[in-house]
Amino acid sequence: MGQSSPLMEGAPPFEGIGGHTKNMKVSMTVNGADREITVEPRMALLDALRDELGLTGPKKACDRGECGACTVLIEGRRVLSCMTLAVMHDGQRITTIEGLEHDTRLNAVQEAFIEHDGFQCGFCTSGQIMSAVAMIEEAKAGWPSAATEDVTRPFSLKDLSAAEIRERMSGNLCRCSCYPNIVDAVTEATQRS
Amino acid sequence: MQTFTFSRATDPTTAIAAHAEDPHLAFIAGGTDLIGLMKDHVALPQHVLDINSLPDMSRIEALPDGGLRIGALARMNDVAADVEVRRRFPVITESLLFAASGQIRNMASMGGNIMQRTRCAYFRDEDDLPCNKRRPGSGCAARDGLNRLHAIFGWSDECVATNPSDLAVALAALDANVIVQGPEGQRSITFTQFQRLPGNTPDHDNVLERGDLIISIEVPQRIEGRASHYLKVRDRQSYEFALVSTAAAVAMDGGRILSARLAMGGVAHKPWRLTAAEAALRGMSLDDIDALKKAIGLSFIDARPLAQNGFKVELGQRVALRALQDAGGRA
Repeated sequence: MGQSSPLMEGAPPFEGIGGHTKNMKVSMTVNGADREITVEPRMALLDALRDELGLTGPKKACDRGECGACTVLIEGRRVLSCMTLAVMHDGQRITTIEGLEHDTRLNAVQEAFIEHDGFQCGFCTSGQIMSAVAMIEEAKAGWPSAATEDVTRPFSLKDLSAAEIRERMSGNLCRCSCYPNIVDAVTEATQRS
Repeated sequence: MQTFTFSRATDPTTAIAAHAEDPHLAFIAGGTDLIGLMKDHVALPQHVLDINSLPDMSRIEALPDGGLRIGALARMNDVAADVEVRRRFPVITESLLFAASGQIRNMASMGGNIMQRTRCAYFRDEDDLPCNKRRPGSGCAARDGLNRLHAIFGWSDECVATNPSDLAVALAALDANVIVQGPEGQRSITFTQFQRLPGNTPDHDNVLERGDLIISIEVPQRIEGRASHYLKVRDRQSYEFALVSTAAAVAMDGGRILSARLAMGGVAHKPWRLTAAEAALRGMSLDDIDALKKAIGLSFIDARPLAQNGFKVELGQRVALRALQDAGGRA
């Protein structure tokens, strides 16, 4: 605990309970580039991305897995980077919103959010977009949701109604309440993909 | 979060020995509950052992009897989307999909899901309020405090918390088995015996001991499996824990109930099987609402609501009835 720690959340450190722990090396492929960081085991992936790698797209809002602002992709799957440790992801492929653009072209979901005005303050937006990108892939893979009429039947992308999108995106909160425009943006991005 | 050392387990035997020897060691899989508990200083492990690399523990495979074996490291979303799970036990898929969010379901493991701890606000509070589950002997702030979300069955003065797992409710209804490996070898625990009532030791959520590792969950073939359904009622429509939920599975013989399985969530320290109702429902028609209501009511005679959750007695019976009818619709 002697070194500067961006992880102290205001509360006094628990000196002596866990003892001083050695930092660990973690190698990850982040947005296509091989990166190596040395972090404390208790560092969340979110903090490693923001504070060690300078990727501030993933946002730290609730820090308890309730809001979705920290959503990133690990091996293409959407996850909450605040609820997992960086040291658990050695050797894995991470994508943040900074990695969505290809050859200066925005991802279809990013474009649709701009066209449909899917944000106001923008704090939740990177999490919303990362979540939507992976959610569309989940729907393509035939995954049902809690909004699916009958889970025993096959699901396909054409079944991805507004109700389905709302349910599948419910892990991403927007305190400006841009939900109607977010649903419109995701609907459009789905049709384009 | 306090500091801890971290390592990765490569074989179960070593992991089990380490867990048995060190009371301050915690296994981590998805981490979606443990990391929250660590951030809130509820869980204070000094060593965290990552079990995600243990081999052959994320598979979903058929059992010889027609049932399914689901590896403890399989992720909620992968199990929910599995075609065989959806076809044979839709109640399992629905219990998984009505829980958490898409992101959390991609991370959270099946073993971790049934190990998740109560959402009782006093248990997770940062202000050191009395909680026998967190600090044995400190009292129960919920007993006469904010207890709208708490138990109506099987509670004690020491603890009135409910178990938050939706999956557990489905597994209890199906009499699934938890396959556990400990220092002495492997054993199978019937799901209704896996989690426990609080009594005067609410710090123990289940019957596992130090050194126990959940290997898989086995769901035996059930004639009621295909006609099964999970119904969850909550304060908001998505991404919320249950006020009351029911896992129902039914086998029909002509227009009559051959056998019914009913378990409820949100009402006790463990999934609550409606055994009296199950016995009374045999032979009834799914259209005879009055008879069905009466049968379900038999399981609510011993309900003991707290000051703020009396609504769960009526709501619970309605949810059980609708879940039963919806499950029957699949028969």
